[in-house]
Amino acid sequence: MDLGKLIGIIISSILINNFIFSRFLGLCPFMGVSKKIESSLGMGMAVTFVMTLASSVTWIVNRYVLIPNGLEYLQTITFILIIASLVQFVEMATEKFSPNLYKALGVFLPLITTNCAVLGVAIINIKEEYSFVESMASGFAGAVGFTLALVILAGIRERLEYSDVPVSFKGIGIAFITAGILAMAFYGL
Amino acid sequence: MKINFREISRGIFKENPTFVLFLGLCPTLGVTTSAVNGIAMGLATLFVLILSNVIISMIKNLIPSKIRIPAYIMVIATLVTVLELSMKAYFPSLYEVLGIFIPLIVVNCIILGRAESYASKNSILNSMFDGIGNGLGFTLSLTVIGSIREILGSGKLFGLSIVDKLFDPAMIFILPPGAFITIGVLVAIINKYKQKGSR
Repeated sequence: MDLGKLIGIIISSILINNFIFSRFLGLCPFMGVSKKIESSLGMGMAVTFVMTLASSVTWIVNRYVLIPNGLEYLQTITFILIIASLVQFVEMATEKFSPNLYKALGVFLPLITTNCAVLGVAIINIKEEYSFVESMASGFAGAVGFTLALVILAGIRERLEYSDVPVSFKGIGIAFITAGILAMAFYGL
Repeated sequence: MKINFREISRGIFKENPTFVLFLGLCPTLGVTTSAVNGIAMGLATLFVLILSNVIISMIKNLIPSKIRIPAYIMVIATLVTVLELSMKAYFPSLYEVLGIFIPLIVVNCIILGRAESYASKNSILNSMFDGIGNGLGFTLSLTVIGSIREILGSGKLFGLSIVDKLFDPAMIFILPPGAFITIGVLVAIINKYKQKGSR
């Protein structure tokens, strides 16, 4: 296994090809739950969990079920079905085995099915022809990048609450501008 | 057949999915590097939105309410696959440009949102008009954002050079940061007008 490539995938997924700032995936939760650091951390953790799991399951299904049967055109349907059932399963499992974790993540889990970052990473993994370990790494690192972006924006938005923002920009407007400036930083402009 | 303009115009202006409800943000920012891309993405979504609204409204009484969300997602995913395959066959270059955002129409919150909040409760015809309205509203927003970014970022509109010697295009507007800033300013402008109207 090529360790160099693996590290490359991890670093680029977290920083350079950050899911939020350069791939534009998962923006709805990014704007929706980035008002408080606490909730954005919860969301980030839930996404990390599901995305890593989803990357590996979709890879296995694609490799051993879809490709041998020539069913690649069903990718989108299969993947979204896997993700939806995975989220449901994770929700039930955490509720049963770890009520504390469920309390922390519970509200965010149903939202994840329609988080395009999860389906996005599954499709990217197939497109880039990653191996199993690489897919898992890209899923995990992508989610870490997502969490990083979410927490940074939440931190800034918490402070923005108390600062003198022009009336028209209040709320989501200034959040977008902030995200733009953050994107410049991530993009290395 | 009576055209229900109220259902159509609501999705375009009063409840515009992009600028009022902030739904479907990923493609809004991801593909709007030019006006043409914005229109193409908007029309692709419009196609799926109309059909999914019609189909879901047709089968709304057959689906048990407990599994309605997965059922809606399956309908939408099937339609997206149809769209994906036809685009690959007939518009390969457009398919290349829009790339990953075509399969991601499945998880566009506008479509699931309309299915859950409108098509599952209303008649087939009204659901169709609701789909047309919301789809057009989305297309319009994407085209506006795409045009602004194309003019500022590359000095062109629909591929035609229009601001030749007026100013030097700022590359940043077709890069990701420009997307965030453009939509942030547009939202602020819309807020400004809303405040004026309510006063």
